[in-house]
Amino acid sequence: MKIFVGIDLGSTTTKAVILDENACVVGAGITNSRSNYDVACRVAREEAFVRARFNLTSQVFARDPELAAHEKSVVSALNRHFRLQHHLDQLEALREALHRSAEAPRHQEHHRELVERIDLIVKAMTERAAAHFSGLGVRKSDFFRDLAAADYMSLAEKHSDPKGIPFETLCGLFDAAILVVENSTADGSFQRHITAALDATLEAAPPALQSLGPRLRRAVDSARGLELEEAASVGTGYGRQRLPFPKEQIRSEILCHGLGAHVLFPRTRTVLDIGGQDTKAIQVDANGIVTSFQMNDRCAAGCGRYLGYIADEMNLGLHELGPLAQQSHCRVKINSTCTVFAGAELRERLSLGQQREDILAGLHRAIVLRALSLLARSGGVSEEFTFTGGVARNPAAVAALRELVQENYGERTLNISPDSIYTGALGAALFARRSAEKAA
Amino acid sequence: MSTASAPKPDRAADVQKEESMRLQKQMIAGHYEDLERAPAEGRKVVYTFVPGNLTELLSSFDLLPNLPEINALQSGMRKLSGDYIQEAEKQGHSEDVCTYVKCDIGMLKKGNIGPTGRKLPPPDLLLLSYTGCFTFMKWFELLRHEYDCPVAMLHVPYQSDGRIHPHHVDYIVQQLRTEVIPKLEQVSGRRYDEARLQDSLALSARAEDDLVRVLESAKARPSPIDAYFGGVYYIGPMFSAFRGTREGVEYYRVLRAEIEERVRQRLGPITPDGPMAEERYRLVVEGPPNWTSFREFWKMFYDEGAVVVASSYTKVGGLYDRGFRHDPARPLESLAEYCLGCYTNLGLPSRVDLLEAYLRDYGADGFLINSVKSCNSFSVGQLLILRQLEERTGVPGGFIESDLVDPRYFSSGNIKNRIESYLQMLEQKRRAPAQP
Repeated sequence: MKIFVGIDLGSTTTKAVILDENACVVGAGITNSRSNYDVACRVAREEAFVRARFNLTSQVFARDPELAAHEKSVVSALNRHFRLQHHLDQLEALREALHRSAEAPRHQEHHRELVERIDLIVKAMTERAAAHFSGLGVRKSDFFRDLAAADYMSLAEKHSDPKGIPFETLCGLFDAAILVVENSTADGSFQRHITAALDATLEAAPPALQSLGPRLRRAVDSARGLELEEAASVGTGYGRQRLPFPKEQIRSEILCHGLGAHVLFPRTRTVLDIGGQDTKAIQVDANGIVTSFQMNDRCAAGCGRYLGYIADEMNLGLHELGPLAQQSHCRVKINSTCTVFAGAELRERLSLGQQREDILAGLHRAIVLRALSLLARSGGVSEEFTFTGGVARNPAAVAALRELVQENYGERTLNISPDSIYTGALGAALFARRSAEKAA
Repeated sequence: MSTASAPKPDRAADVQKEESMRLQKQMIAGHYEDLERAPAEGRKVVYTFVPGNLTELLSSFDLLPNLPEINALQSGMRKLSGDYIQEAEKQGHSEDVCTYVKCDIGMLKKGNIGPTGRKLPPPDLLLLSYTGCFTFMKWFELLRHEYDCPVAMLHVPYQSDGRIHPHHVDYIVQQLRTEVIPKLEQVSGRRYDEARLQDSLALSARAEDDLVRVLESAKARPSPIDAYFGGVYYIGPMFSAFRGTREGVEYYRVLRAEIEERVRQRLGPITPDGPMAEERYRLVVEGPPNWTSFREFWKMFYDEGAVVVASSYTKVGGLYDRGFRHDPARPLESLAEYCLGCYTNLGLPSRVDLLEAYLRDYGADGFLINSVKSCNSFSVGQLLILRQLEERTGVPGGFIESDLVDPRYFSSGNIKNRIESYLQMLEQKRRAPAQP
């Protein structure tokens, strides 16, 4: 089958979306951009291809009258086991990378002891891995780095000893090793892990399903074997110049976000995108064509990174900020328009005894206020508008936006897709499809 | 278009380009040499500003003009302004002060060596005609602290209703007679010679005719000039010391002939990387350019096939293309009308009208505002201009921000991203009807 790929190289995350010939999304992938766009691009693409194969598997199941009833449960189990396999694979890669780091001359004296600790830690991580993918637990992040770091640090604390192998030494080894793991991409991971995932799924399955084993294997094999022909691809986002695409296949993220939002919500006329380092206010017409736009200038305060910085300052995860801010009953007014100063203001307010949630509520309002000024510049907020980008996942930012739009423009329909982070990549994939149509 | 893929410039165009550019280079270098020699030769020097300058009147007294804005922008282009600005900030000038002012003050503090490496003489007179820019007044207050010299002030009333009234002209002529001319007589030791002024104004009008033909050549498709990045060179002699001179007349004669030849041959503008291959977007630009990264900024346009067909910045020293000419028959009155009519002296509605006319007359696909951080007189109201032009013409506008001569305020990656996005938006709009 013919597919069209869109890649959005953002400053924080890199996203890939795969469309089929009917412009339906068949797969999407996301990874942290690190400082290496080439790798980020490969990882996000690979993830999107894995998702696409799973979707195809679902479709094959759905078409088979005997398997259709089990489609949801089997694919979900397959997915969990697949992720676990992939995670274990990466843990093994991490162990190898840790061993290599431990071979540095400065560790020579206690090398054997160090390797023992590493093996102990990674073994315990491997034992914990299944719990991350049990289907019951809630993973805090889908990124290997985040999952592995949380496990590793807690285990390193346990297995370190200030007189022998200090915690800092183990941390240093991890920092070097995780980069190696992140920067090595494995092509064809679906092909490699799906058989093991299927075996594990069947092993745990009720007898009724086990009897369908051969049928299931044939279905999975057919999804695995289907040829995905990449008819066209388009890149966008900050790192787009780094993509190995010719210039005609590169589109500005403004156009991609406009078109992506239009496809998700066809009545959209205003799009607000708050990403890692920029905020875009975009007006689109009835066809998703951009008619005007404004972006933040000279300064990236009020963008996603602002929240990232605040999260670091407060020793919280980025995803924890919004829910905490929502617990506020008495919002604090934050005046700083500069990220670094806002950090200082935050510390001062904390020292005055103000509540974290109240300060956070003020910070969320502050970033939305900046976005509102860009919206005003771009032509205001029309009847129906769509909020995209990583910050649209933050419930406190969304609440502040609703409130401020209501205050300034009156009643408006605000759309937020659960997949809003993929809006740019979706737009890029649509551009890829259009360009292929035109060439045909 | 890149250097590698661009066709080799044809020889004729190359030679023609060199002729007007060579002339201009020689004229500017000569002027700075004259300024350097002025104290030794006993010539008197007047510091004054570009918008509403009285160059013909000064030369009728044999006075040499020195233009601090031109020095600042030249220093910007020659990568000298960053150090000067830091020097001025060390003296206590705020980060938000006009960077032309800080560049000038910094240059002064570092020995007053002009952009071409020639020592600049101190002023014998500060002639302040603050057309549309109130910072000019503060600028010369600063210079007056530095130099013990007389100041002549010419107050040019703002065109609040978009028209020049007879009482405006009378008011300025009266100031010329009672304030400016007596001071010029005093400084130069000469009597006011109206016949000499008239000769000079006649030369101005001739050069102005040719400049207008050059600027209006951009109506052709493809446009033979870039009316912003190339335009700032074309206005150079006219806006500085060469209005009303034979050299000025000659420069514009040569330039016009070159451009007319390009129109005949249907050639696009010459860029630093050679002739532009294909004209893909015709733009109108509002606001001054960035000087510190001038070439890089220009490249962001010509690499994408974007040519500026009209700009407001090239009208800060006179709106000749709207019909104004210096008139020897009404010497002081026409100088008054000139001062009143500079772009910076127009009200917001007049600016919108002018830009709207440019969009229409030059068949532009879009218009772009370069908003300058430290220039209030230009930047104020620009978002309103953007909205109104979009409403009136349906042509989409773009907005970028940089600065005049402070290299710290040119964020190359962001500006390039913005320009590319804007041009892609134009392209998408252009193709829109054909798309489902």
